[in-house]
Amino acid sequence: MTERFESHDVDVLVIGAGGAGLRAAIEASAQGARVGVVCKSLLGKAHTVMAEGGVAAALAHVDPSDSWKVHFKDTMLGGKMLNNWRMAQLHAQEAPDRVRELEHWGAVFDRTQDGRILQRNFGGHSSPRLAHVGDRTGLEMIRTLQDHGVHQGLEVFMECTVTRLLTEGGRVVGAFAYWRETGRFVTFRAKAVVLATGGIGKAYKITSNSWEYTGDGHALALGAGAELIDMEFFQFHPTGMVWPPGVMGLLVTEAVRGEGGLLRNSKGERFMERYDPKRMELSTRDMVARAIYTEVKEGRGSPHGGAFLDISHKPAEVVKKKLPSMYHQFMEFANIDITKGPMEVGPTGHYVMGGVRVDADSGAATVPGLFAAGESSGGMHGANRLGGNSLSDLLVFGRRAGAGAAAYAAKAPAHAPLDAAQVASAEREMLEPFERASGPDPYSIHRKLQDSMQALVGIFRTEEDLAKGIAAVTALRKEARSMRVEGSRAFNPGWHLAHDLKNMLQISESLARCALQRKESRGAHARLDYPNPDPQFGKVNSVVTLDGDEIRVSQSPLPQMPDELRSLFEPEPAGVKS
Amino acid sequence: MAEAVLHVFRGDASGGKLEEYKVPLEEGMVVLDAIHHIQGHQAPDLAVRWNCKAAKCGSCSAEVNGKPKLMCKTRMDALPAGQPIVVQPMKTFPIVKDLVTDVKWNYEVNKKIPPFTPRQNAEWRWKQEDIDRVQEFRKCIECFLCQDVCHVLRSHGRTDAFSGPRFLVRVASLEMHPMDSLNRTKFLKDSAGIGLCNITKCCTEVCPEDITITDNAIIPLKERVVDDHYDPLRKLFRLVTGSKES
Repeated sequence: MTERFESHDVDVLVIGAGGAGLRAAIEASAQGARVGVVCKSLLGKAHTVMAEGGVAAALAHVDPSDSWKVHFKDTMLGGKMLNNWRMAQLHAQEAPDRVRELEHWGAVFDRTQDGRILQRNFGGHSSPRLAHVGDRTGLEMIRTLQDHGVHQGLEVFMECTVTRLLTEGGRVVGAFAYWRETGRFVTFRAKAVVLATGGIGKAYKITSNSWEYTGDGHALALGAGAELIDMEFFQFHPTGMVWPPGVMGLLVTEAVRGEGGLLRNSKGERFMERYDPKRMELSTRDMVARAIYTEVKEGRGSPHGGAFLDISHKPAEVVKKKLPSMYHQFMEFANIDITKGPMEVGPTGHYVMGGVRVDADSGAATVPGLFAAGESSGGMHGANRLGGNSLSDLLVFGRRAGAGAAAYAAKAPAHAPLDAAQVASAEREMLEPFERASGPDPYSIHRKLQDSMQALVGIFRTEEDLAKGIAAVTALRKEARSMRVEGSRAFNPGWHLAHDLKNMLQISESLARCALQRKESRGAHARLDYPNPDPQFGKVNSVVTLDGDEIRVSQSPLPQMPDELRSLFEPEPAGVKS
Repeated sequence: MAEAVLHVFRGDASGGKLEEYKVPLEEGMVVLDAIHHIQGHQAPDLAVRWNCKAAKCGSCSAEVNGKPKLMCKTRMDALPAGQPIVVQPMKTFPIVKDLVTDVKWNYEVNKKIPPFTPRQNAEWRWKQEDIDRVQEFRKCIECFLCQDVCHVLRSHGRTDAFSGPRFLVRVASLEMHPMDSLNRTKFLKDSAGIGLCNITKCCTEVCPEDITITDNAIIPLKERVVDDHYDPLRKLFRLVTGSKES
């Protein structure tokens, strides 16, 4: 039955070609595995390309006292101690090597006076720690990985969307996909699959994320029987553009604040004094996002409903050199010269801290044969991610997941015929929307989802809003079952959305249900009805599983860190500077 | 509310035509916003590529009123008011559907470029000014608008012999990297077809990243090729000594 479709056999199938996917693919290939990379867009267009400010690594080039221990501590404190300690440790320890490795593969980072990789300040990092290339660090990273991977001979399946993972006896053994260009179906047989599909930002109306961010990896993992953790922790980046309407949500890099940018309200007050007087503009993202939101809500916002972010006190040449794309972005989209006056900024949906539950060392998910890395995995960032820790995360854990998958594949049984029933069901699911004579179109359901998530599962949450949000999303999930798609299967964005939307709805509901059961405020999850952290909730991860079509949320104990790491958080004797 | 009229190419390899759509105008709107509005309300199967909507990924390349542009970066209010806005796919590449073209050829060209090959046992230290030029080239977002406008590819269809400006820029970024040890002049001459470029600078004009493609990348590479392969003194030197430099 599967012979009806084009089919490919690989040892390791990597889904997603952003930083995590490419780094995983490069590693698996270096370990001798035959690797296929599947991505929804053209190679090099993944979301990593939009990352701006830098990659966090304790290279200690600018502050010689920096070390992995300080980076680890900053990361755990930023994540409100909900991070998987082992991931945070590996991340802090290995990030410097991963950055140097990129340089050896051709990346060209900005330099210090003495010719080494320059590092800049970022929120929540106690030293200048972010290696960067102006404000286009993500582009540098993805191009470096892309070219390195291409010359290593990676097989890349561009503009191909995986709709379902195929299993055999509880193991992941392949995937069902379609070519976006033709709409033809294709199957993959793989001994291991790495999910590196990014996040779920497109579920929100105001977001910095592209169309690709539809929770695909999360939905694929749930469908294969794996667990997600901590999905309630969704980061609103404090500074997105708020005007003009077409670019609302577009990212304004934290590097603006890292380079000395100041936040003010309509009264000209540096309002961060009221929220985090010690760290001010370089507070963590959860704090700054809530501060801006509060200022606007209390009537001290900018004309278009944001805060003013000003870097114009710095010399114009410095701004243009260190923040070139911000300069162009505001000049071209908003007619604002940021070397002369302030920008208007407000919170924008940016990143999901939660994701597929993985083993810290190997990236293995809770289902054999399945691995995950980068934004699609959970645990590393706890309740709130520090800026710059995502680009380092995807290098460290992309490599580890690639190695984990290659090692698993080397011992896995040979490819067997795919289960015809699973393939037929995946095919049916994709064809149904064309066969309906009537039904809602995917674009209108998507707009309704974005409105509901924005209004009811946003920066500040209450039991009442979350319950309404869950009701709205479950109703939309039902409505989506009768969606109708017009046109042919050839490059049909309506059809593509119809599938991605199902993932978005399922993962949005997971997010809202996790948010409802966590009756406390911690990091990015702020409950007006439970405004404080609760020590009991600080000991548990939220866990999402799928039961038939129903989303189930439970809790599991947070892994406990060993004493030698715990001692890093004990108060130091008076007079000793940390 | 004010309206804009767009004439958008609808069709595929078998043919097609411009279809008219009307969309409400918003302040600061870009052409990609209008295309999305059409998709979301009138033509759900209108094919278009896009990702970042912030001029950072180079996906939404098209020809707006005949000019190669990123749709996400083309403001509606910068186009002549009261006239239909004509949006067509890039002409140089084979059409897939509507505004989507087949750009795979570019990825094949990239594979052939001799990769970054760092010097062994050297210290990885260099000054910022040593890499300013390389960083200019590395700003490239691979929108392929330079490939689209280049007459060697667009008018003469020489994809068989010419790599196009994008990949000359990539070679320049490798050749001028302070740690790179390869010489790619033979590749430039024989495979990339650098001689076919006659410096009309159309590529530089359309580059959304303002990379000075011709002056900073292509001309210095041409000079290196001339030095290595057409300099009569060097040729004589090679003849006499039998050396095979590059």
